[in-house]
Amino acid sequence: MRRYFHDAAVLARKDVLLELRGRETLPAMVLFVVAGLVVFHFAVPSADSEAAGAGLLWVVILFTALLALVRAFVAEREQRLMDGLLLAPCDRSAIWLGKSLAVLAFLALTELVALPAFALFFGGLGWGTVAGVCLANIGIVSVGTLLAAMASVTRSRELLLPLLFLPLAIPIVVGGVGASVSDDPGRYLGFLALYDVVFAIISWASFEYVVSE
Amino acid sequence: MIRASGLAKRYGDKRVLQGVDFELPRGGFFVVTGPNGSGKTTLLRLCAGLAAPTAGELVVDADRAAIGFVGHEPLVYMELTALENLDLYGRLYAIAERRERIGMLLERFGLWDARGELVSTFSRGMAQRLALCRSLLHDPELLILDEPYSALDEAGADLLDRELAELRTTATCLVATHDPLRLAALASGSLTLA
Repeated sequence: MRRYFHDAAVLARKDVLLELRGRETLPAMVLFVVAGLVVFHFAVPSADSEAAGAGLLWVVILFTALLALVRAFVAEREQRLMDGLLLAPCDRSAIWLGKSLAVLAFLALTELVALPAFALFFGGLGWGTVAGVCLANIGIVSVGTLLAAMASVTRSRELLLPLLFLPLAIPIVVGGVGASVSDDPGRYLGFLALYDVVFAIISWASFEYVVSE
Repeated sequence: MIRASGLAKRYGDKRVLQGVDFELPRGGFFVVTGPNGSGKTTLLRLCAGLAAPTAGELVVDADRAAIGFVGHEPLVYMELTALENLDLYGRLYAIAERRERIGMLLERFGLWDARGELVSTFSRGMAQRLALCRSLLHDPELLILDEPYSALDEAGADLLDRELAELRTTATCLVATHDPLRLAALASGSLTLA
């Protein structure tokens, strides 16, 4: 088990190093999330409900995550590097976990900018929203990384990934918006936690089949 | 070490490999030849465990940790340095005394001075040398090489000749090439795909 987490950490570290060197994904995510919130700030009349603002936050988070997921396997696809990783004697699901951890780090860093920006533009940020975002991140990267791996071997990957990912992300939006606006966020946070557990297990267990030829 | 009988591989409707039979004993050195599109790369990918056969039987008596593979791509990250790439694979293969082993291979393949440079700045030949370092990093029992001489200059090819002659005594080798004469002195058998 220790070996498994070591391999996942090694792979995640590699992706973070590649991003630090290339600086392609993270700046794009931050710019996108801020631009999205600014656009929504002017698009939605200020008198409108808190619920609308919370919904817009979740839309922006999902699409920002998609930016990271579309690029998650770029190096592995363009240079056929997945072969190199599959040849290594590590458990193949460790590749999924490593990639998920790297995407999670990028998403969390982006949200460090997004949440204060949201509070600035839409006024107020409850603990339910913050807890919801934390839980939703796990679900987004778990299922998103699996789907990104699936889409990366197809020619129409940029189209396919959103088509696969967005329907599966609907429960995340339901739970996230509920946690943001409900008087009883605990119920929705529980729902998000359940989603995380179920989809993390499914993604973990099925990754090997997705990358096998 | 490898036994294949009636081996076949299809990708959709396309039949890439059909009815391949061969046996490569431990310590053997097999040369795989054939025209473009005959399935050499597919056969090597099957033996490396990168693809599963559609039909037939394939037994490879070596686990993943004991297989070294060089394919058409060097399988190294372009935005990492040579040292970082080998360190990554060294960690994944849990190689004891990783740094010493990496240093020794980089020296042997003439890449020590370029160890801190990004692979994206390498020539194709240097990337191929790095791919060979990667494949030998974990001291594999079974070495699978797909056109290993491609992109190597004369000095690089001579270096690979020497390496293969040395490996001939310690590892089992399966090599696909368009130049079987170059390996004739080392080969214990050959397989020609049509």
